[in-house]
Amino acid sequence: MAFVRRLTARRNFWAVASLVVLLAYNLISNPHFFSVSVRDGHLYGSIIDILNRASPLMIIGMGLTLVIATHGIDISVGAVVAISGAVAAAMIGGELVLSGGTGMEDVTRYPLPLVITGALGVSLLCGMWNGALVSMIGMQPIIATLILLGTGRGVAQLITNGQIVTIYYSPYYELGNGFLLGVPFSLFIVATVAIALLLLTRKTALGLFIEAIGINPVASRLAGIRARTITFAVYAMCGLCAGIAGLIVSSNVKSADGNNAGLLFELDAILAVVLGGTSLAGGKFFLFGSIVGALLIQTLTTTIYAAGVAPEVTLVVKGLVVLAVSILQSERIKTVIGADRRKPAP
Amino acid sequence: MSDRAVSGALPVLEMRGISKTFPGVRALSAVDFRLLPGEVHALMGQNGAGKSTLVKVLTGVHPPDAGQLLLDGVEIRPQSPLDAQRLGISTVYQEVNLCPNLSVAENICLGREGTSSVAIRWRAMRRRAEALLDELNIHIDVTAPLSSYPLAVQQMVAIARSLTAQTQRGVQIRTRLLILDEPTSSLAQDEVKMLFSVIRRLKAQGIAILFISHFLDQAFEISDRFTVLRNGHCVGEYPVASLSPMELIVKMVGKEIADVSTTRAARNASTARATRPAFLRARQLGKTGSVTGLDLDVLPGRAVGIAGLLGSGRTETARLLFGIDRPDRGSLEIEGTPVRFTSPLDAIQHGVGYCPEDRKSEGIVAELSIRENIIIALQCKRGIFRGLSRARQAEIARSYIELLGIKAHDADAPIAKLSGGNQQKALLARWLATDPRMLILDEPTRGIDVGAKVEIMAQVMGLCDNGMAVVFSSSEMPEILQYADRVVVLRNRTKVGELDAAVADEQQVFQLIAGG
Repeated sequence: MAFVRRLTARRNFWAVASLVVLLAYNLISNPHFFSVSVRDGHLYGSIIDILNRASPLMIIGMGLTLVIATHGIDISVGAVVAISGAVAAAMIGGELVLSGGTGMEDVTRYPLPLVITGALGVSLLCGMWNGALVSMIGMQPIIATLILLGTGRGVAQLITNGQIVTIYYSPYYELGNGFLLGVPFSLFIVATVAIALLLLTRKTALGLFIEAIGINPVASRLAGIRARTITFAVYAMCGLCAGIAGLIVSSNVKSADGNNAGLLFELDAILAVVLGGTSLAGGKFFLFGSIVGALLIQTLTTTIYAAGVAPEVTLVVKGLVVLAVSILQSERIKTVIGADRRKPAP
Repeated sequence: MSDRAVSGALPVLEMRGISKTFPGVRALSAVDFRLLPGEVHALMGQNGAGKSTLVKVLTGVHPPDAGQLLLDGVEIRPQSPLDAQRLGISTVYQEVNLCPNLSVAENICLGREGTSSVAIRWRAMRRRAEALLDELNIHIDVTAPLSSYPLAVQQMVAIARSLTAQTQRGVQIRTRLLILDEPTSSLAQDEVKMLFSVIRRLKAQGIAILFISHFLDQAFEISDRFTVLRNGHCVGEYPVASLSPMELIVKMVGKEIADVSTTRAARNASTARATRPAFLRARQLGKTGSVTGLDLDVLPGRAVGIAGLLGSGRTETARLLFGIDRPDRGSLEIEGTPVRFTSPLDAIQHGVGYCPEDRKSEGIVAELSIRENIIIALQCKRGIFRGLSRARQAEIARSYIELLGIKAHDADAPIAKLSGGNQQKALLARWLATDPRMLILDEPTRGIDVGAKVEIMAQVMGLCDNGMAVVFSSSEMPEILQYADRVVVLRNRTKVGELDAAVADEQQVFQLIAGG
């Protein structure tokens, strides 16, 4: 019983539990759900598909986790996804050159590393812009990032001249569709971001400082934390993460659509973070939890489609599941269940 | 108004043997308090003396553990501030808690008699507000938003609102008793005069006024009688004319003083006084709106005690020295080198540490563990990229938990779960871990139990004997004289004197505090 209590008291217990339940449901309704086959030396299967599709959300979720831990928010991540894709597409050029009837020729105006650097650089600038508004000017995070949420898509359209730019450059497709050692390439990107952020927050004091700022900014400053610098850095990192996700998204669909790329990603990302156990009030954060949250959302979407739920009620079903998990996670329910009955020390 | 109240002899309000205990603190012990009709009665006492608890008992925020409240000789038991208002007890707080974007008339009348439940009769409301303000000799446009008036006028509006008759089941209740809690703390000199003339008018109407202020001169000017509280006990009730400011302070601060031979200053005076250079030297340090003209020398191995009443600038001094507020004049030197702290981190890098007065909002990071709270300042001093390993953190935390006797069974439990005294010890540990050359402690013993008080001060003084410089402030005069080598006295946000604690007696300090 004590074990169960300790388990349910963990901040991301219900997200993990819901994920397990969803996966179990899938297994029952579709015995082949977990089966992974090898085709052309690549892994194929529902699970692989879910992981691949969830990768942009996992990356954004991790970046946003740090922002939310400082008691901030970044609702411009979806717009930054669009900007990042637009920059990449614009730098590649969007020109279709056919080669002798066999197919297209890979043409790009700039080499791929430069394209990626350019797109990520612009995304980092977007994040720094948000960070400057919040930390230097002292704007409320939701307002500061609302500005970029609104204008960001305009900027993306400016970059692509208001067109949907199709990318005709196959090496770029590898980011979102390629495989490495049989595993989707995007998962390597997710792993890289996750390891980098974990090292950065847990091997340096950044994680501690972020949590302290989120819990008590005044006391943090008096203890010697440079709150402004850290807040700025956290928004910059979030912008960068959104940019990385933007590359994957545009690579996935082989085009950059300023209007629709990453649309409403901010909502799913906030949800992933909160489901993962990080409180919107700031403080303790859980990068791994946000990954689980993102996977939960993607699994839910896939499951709903697989279960043959009519598309028009998909969002309702998704909302109900999210509601259930949120209720289970709330403090009041925890007290009722008795998972959080640790008494304060005398 | 009843016949008894105008007769004057019977108190409007009588509180008998009021006791109130909060977990770990006895806030009030059998306090008696009487308020006569038409008098201004000042409730005096230091921080934590029990003034606000007494008011909260009176206004129904806290039920008393023991004792009786009598209004016009009839026992009352207010259950809430609204309940107290219905009994005729109104309160105006320091911060005007009205709606700044509503008009003056709306602020005065809404939710009160004169507004019907269905529709608001705007014209009647306006007339009523004007009449009420006229009574207080305030003539303003009541249709303008409250925020368009200066704070003093807003306060008058709050007073006017508190005077509007309450109705309960159609019966009107006049305000019998008005509590003014620190009404002058954000007012300018002439605004205070305006407030006082309003108070005198109310007094003439027979309303009893309970006045709380930390400005002694104002208390003397407006009040008829004082009741002094100290440590939750009633020291006594005095007609204003019977006390000098200094006598009042002695009653507020407490006279009992430790045996002189055991005070730190006396011991240090007997040892040969080394003429070491100052660790910290401030000259005419100041900031507009904070303290000004601060000259201060803090020597290694010596403790400076900062004395002064609430609002005299003790906390502001600490904030200037630690780089929280940036001074805009004067100079600051650390070991002979001029410095300009732009953030607390600057001060920390120079070997200074600071325990703030408000432990909860400025000290602890509540949801972080005891371990993290202890190592956080050291981590800041080392820099973000030189992270302390988990094992090293645990080791540091464990050693300080042992050294300071922090009662914590698990260093990884949130610090919020510790008692006040143990939290304060953990904050002390936070600074000791940075190996400070100087420690600034703002009211280090406030709100913690006696045992922890003595332990904390003993630790600090032990470090001081080993060469650390200490600056501490306290509302308790005996504490200052016991632990300080030098006593710096502040009044009205400036330094008014400095005494050698070895030769000073409390009379001299009181005299400086009172400005006599």
